[in-house]
Amino acid sequence: MEWRRKHVLGLVDFLPEEIEFVVDTARSMEEVLTRDIKKVPALRGKTVVNLFFEASTRTRTSFEMAGKRLSADVVNFSSSTSSVTKGETLLDTARNIEAMKPNILVIRHAASGAPHFLARHVSCSIVNAGDGANEHPSQGLLDLYTILKAKGKVAGLKVAIVGDILHSRVVRSDLHSLGRMGAKLWLCGPAPLLPQEMARTGAFLTSDIREAVRGADVIIMLRIQLERQKTAYFPSLREYSRRYGLNREVFALAKDDAVIMHPGPINRGVELSDELADCGQSLILEQVASGVAVRMALLYLLAGGSHAAH
Amino acid sequence: MLLIRGGRVVDPSARRDEVGHLVLSEGKVKEFLAGEAPKNFPGRVIPAEGRWVTPGLIDMHVHLREPGYEWKEDILSGTRAAAAGGFTSVACMANTKPVNDHPEVTRFILDKARREGFANVFPVAAVTRGLEGKEMTDFTELAEAGAVAFSDDGKPVASALLMRRALEYVRPFGYLIMTHSEDPELAEGGAANEGWTARKLGIPGIPAAAEEIAIAREILLARQTDGRVHIQHVSTKMGVDLLRMAKRAGLGVTGETAPQYFTLTDAALEGYDTNAKMNPPLRGEEDRMAILEGILDGTIDAVACDHAPHEDYVKRCEFTTAANGIIGLQTSLPLTLALTAGGKVSPVRIVDLLSAAPARLLSLTGKGTLVAGSDADVTVIDPATEWEFRPEEVLSKSRNSPFLGWKLRGRAVVTICGGKIRHSCVPGVEADA
Repeated sequence: MEWRRKHVLGLVDFLPEEIEFVVDTARSMEEVLTRDIKKVPALRGKTVVNLFFEASTRTRTSFEMAGKRLSADVVNFSSSTSSVTKGETLLDTARNIEAMKPNILVIRHAASGAPHFLARHVSCSIVNAGDGANEHPSQGLLDLYTILKAKGKVAGLKVAIVGDILHSRVVRSDLHSLGRMGAKLWLCGPAPLLPQEMARTGAFLTSDIREAVRGADVIIMLRIQLERQKTAYFPSLREYSRRYGLNREVFALAKDDAVIMHPGPINRGVELSDELADCGQSLILEQVASGVAVRMALLYLLAGGSHAAH
Repeated sequence: MLLIRGGRVVDPSARRDEVGHLVLSEGKVKEFLAGEAPKNFPGRVIPAEGRWVTPGLIDMHVHLREPGYEWKEDILSGTRAAAAGGFTSVACMANTKPVNDHPEVTRFILDKARREGFANVFPVAAVTRGLEGKEMTDFTELAEAGAVAFSDDGKPVASALLMRRALEYVRPFGYLIMTHSEDPELAEGGAANEGWTARKLGIPGIPAAAEEIAIAREILLARQTDGRVHIQHVSTKMGVDLLRMAKRAGLGVTGETAPQYFTLTDAALEGYDTNAKMNPPLRGEEDRMAILEGILDGTIDAVACDHAPHEDYVKRCEFTTAANGIIGLQTSLPLTLALTAGGKVSPVRIVDLLSAAPARLLSLTGKGTLVAGSDADVTVIDPATEWEFRPEEVLSKSRNSPFLGWKLRGRAVVTICGGKIRHSCVPGVEADA
């Protein structure tokens, strides 16, 4: 197929063949990462700007690494304070960066829809690296990639996602990437963090972690994002851990070959027990490795590459 | 002297809906004439054949932004938009800068409106000083200065105790308290109706219960105090149901809604359109249908557009950051006229919603009626003309409307305020200087 997208704002409108195309491209990229010299000249002379308005280590580093592996010039712009409190609007900030002629803006922002808004007003390509509680498309793709690598398929697998569903952009992207490829998705969390409307996505909803984990092939644990919660959605972390933490006992309900994933960073002992985080069935570090390959694929395709035939 | 000739005169106060002629003289309505039009009329003649002739429309809920935010709107531009939309009177909310919590501010607005206005302006003063929800304003002084009602609109009065005291205190004087009914804690941080659209777009939600709990509270306090309260911009199904229940119980509760709440749903937010962002937020289809039902059965007394001008750049940003509100004075009439489709809502009811009822609720004597001796505020409406709401048509200083580009049906073709023609798009009928 031919890649026609200028932006990657979300997976909401990705067709299954587009998702497969990115996965195929990521496979070629992963091959590059196995070489002694982990660098190809595909994006030489192109500039990627990481425009991060929210704290992030892993995603920003992953995009930076991806750009550099492809020989792009990568510039990082981080601002922990919002553009508004600095007195400059998001659009002004983006236009200032755009005036320096980058090819791709990778943006993370606390406001849902911020990348969509910028895409209407700037001329370069936009990659959404997480917008509010909307989407995190590269995470959705790397989760798919990781599962495919471990399981060989996604269709028919029971995937349980456990945690703060309400605020999670990872969930919304996973619903598209995994859902569209045929996974049976279960969403689980404390009721105030599990909006009932999410049933409209076709996912099963439960506030009982045992029901979610029973017979699951994949368990994706979400970080409990205390920093996003202005008011208490549940009594305490202790209570949360008791109800929604994944430990040996609960994990035993899953299929024998079930795998554990987590978009990170982990709160050890809260949503995930220490021993499970590091056990042989944990794919958490594989996710990080896949992330670089998937992000290389996205940058490569947006910069005009036509599949990984190099 | 003015003769409005041959129109369909729709006047709910006189239960009139018949073709005839209206004579205006010295700023008042002189008489209604049936039958042949007077020959050799000694004054200007406005042909109104095929059009409705109604008491001047009244919008009881607008933000004119002056004093303090004149770059968004001022009394001149806001009343020009009003006149173009068919409105001869508007009630402006108190969230100016300074807040209209002091008689000097009330007087300033009235003076400015008298000098520059294209329509009558009736200031609504704050219920609490600085809209802070802590201390009551000096109601009597404000009313004497010209405030027609009290509201902290834009902000809810969070304290039930303070609301109780205010309703109780003003009851002997007959002052009207209007409420922006919202539970601030339930609504905090929200930017859209809590529902599927908000979930899908990842926008923090405002639950319907935030409005419904507050409406229930106002109703119960009206009952407790034997007071009178008017609920502003009702947007939810249960809000309408509660209002209906209160009216059936004979309580002193009335309510208004805005055209956006019976025209749009939160589906308009797709693509993060900040011109669809407002508070209360656009709700679901079930709510929209309930609002229509409330209009049909009389539960909702009035339509008021909550005209809320904002400059481009506070809307040209991330959805959650964008300002709340839309302009509405030039679209309120056609969107309300759309209710007549299918014959469920009569022209008399439309004019009641947009003129007679607001006049009644705000106790505006001589307004909202065409009986002899009332003020010569008249709107001539072409109910069938089709037009597009283009950016060039906007007379407000701001253009924040989700209805830009919409094909609308019906508009005010002549607006007469105090006997003066303030707006006309009828060839040969020039507006007065």
